[in-house]
Amino acid sequence: MINSSKSLVTLRGVTKTFANGTIALGGFDLDVRAGEFLSLLGPSGCGKSTALRIVAGLSEPTQGAVEWPPEAAAISDPGGIGFVFQDPTLMPWASVFDNVMLPLRLTRAGSDRADARIEAALERVGLQDFRSAYPRELSGGMRMRVSIARALVTEPGVLLMDEPFAALDEITRFKLNEDLLRLWQALHMTVVFVTHSVFESVYLSNRVVVMAVRPGRVSSEVAIDAPYPRDANFRTSIEYAALCRRTSEALGKAMAPGGSA
Amino acid sequence: MTQRRTAEREGRDLFWRILLPVAVLALGLEIWEQTVHIADIPPYVLPAPSLIWQTLIDDRALLFQSLGVTLATTIEGFLLAAFGGISLAILYNQWRFFEYAFYPYAVVLQVTPIVAIAPLLLIYLPQYAAVLVCAWIVAFFPVLANTTLGLNSVDRNLRDLFSLYGASHWQVLRRLKLPSALPYMLGGLRIAGGLSLIGAVVAEIAADSAGAGSGLAYRIAESGYRLNIPRMFAALLLLSVAGIVIFYLLALLNFLALRRWHESALDQER
Repeated sequence: MINSSKSLVTLRGVTKTFANGTIALGGFDLDVRAGEFLSLLGPSGCGKSTALRIVAGLSEPTQGAVEWPPEAAAISDPGGIGFVFQDPTLMPWASVFDNVMLPLRLTRAGSDRADARIEAALERVGLQDFRSAYPRELSGGMRMRVSIARALVTEPGVLLMDEPFAALDEITRFKLNEDLLRLWQALHMTVVFVTHSVFESVYLSNRVVVMAVRPGRVSSEVAIDAPYPRDANFRTSIEYAALCRRTSEALGKAMAPGGSA
Repeated sequence: MTQRRTAEREGRDLFWRILLPVAVLALGLEIWEQTVHIADIPPYVLPAPSLIWQTLIDDRALLFQSLGVTLATTIEGFLLAAFGGISLAILYNQWRFFEYAFYPYAVVLQVTPIVAIAPLLLIYLPQYAAVLVCAWIVAFFPVLANTTLGLNSVDRNLRDLFSLYGASHWQVLRRLKLPSALPYMLGGLRIAGGLSLIGAVVAEIAADSAGAGSGLAYRIAESGYRLNIPRMFAALLLLSVAGIVIFYLLALLNFLALRRWHESALDQER
């Protein structure tokens, strides 16, 4: 799949200093292209989650700018961005259906078709039979699916994911990786995916941006030009192994000079 | 383990959980009864359980009428405390300056012993109102403190999610903060239930020295003056039972409100 190289959102010279003096990002530049699957890969503490939060507007850069070109400006409005946290972050007191409905409620969008949209979102993640279940009653993988359904229910232009599968077992993670790729292709959206797993980033992405620590910045970029759809065979292919090695080397370089903790 | 065996074990467990306390109670009462008979203790020193029971039956009209009075005060005090505590917590949470201005006074009310406040209140307020205010003062602080804690214990990611979708202040309160605070709030209410009974009792006893009253606590004080010790015990028994019923009703409310989602109300096994 060839993506247009049009920018969806651009971060220019973004720095982020926390109140306690920690410099999470220092001179961070990123170009997210419309329709791509982009991974931010780096060791913990490299500011990849901070970068994602800045794109989402949940955090303000200390310096630098986040620019949405005019044709993508609508995406930065509420509902235009879907966010999936590391934890499923569901409301434990609400059913699956009500959890997925939350973005529609908060943005007061499409209340007439809300039911249909929620059903569609649940169906996309294969949870149509669990609409009245409570989060506690679901497995970790299913909760993460609910979280993804919730992020998708507003049909966002960009989906931001902050190590969403890090806490899941490998079998579940592989399954969700495959499902995520399927959704990405079906919905023609842009995904920015934060991970510290080389294998996950290579499997999923068009492009892996490798980050370095202290301060958090872009170290290098690896283009993953293997064709989609990718499936279980891709995971065992020589091509995949080679790409993983290249990405690992890039990560190793990113971590080398400072001698990370 | 199969489901049936688990159910059987749970059944046996429940059986012992009920049987053992009942057996302890029966044993204790029997020892008490026999001690009184064998040592020939006069009823104005220590009445036998059978005599207390008899008194409860004989004086039921009087005692139950008094119970009604005390319970009415307790429930009204509790409801006012619940309403006041929750509202105040919400106000504190929404307007920092309101909290700065008034929180110290809530603490003052909490730390000043109710026994010391009650006589003062009885000077300025009609007796009924004074008793109610006492029940309210002791019961409202745990509701306030717990609800405040709950409103501040919102999951940070959920907060972010709400701001991502541009949620209004009101939406955050209604859809996020209040549900998050619910388990804490119910915990506060459980404490408040017992405390409002204590507040009512303390105020009734204080009111007695001011010369009026007809609640159960007043009956206890009055029976004491008259050396009617069996009636004292009977009234005390009713008070305990009232306290236990209040406690379990609130525990039931807690369970019904949280059973689908909160850790505290869920079975260990899934």
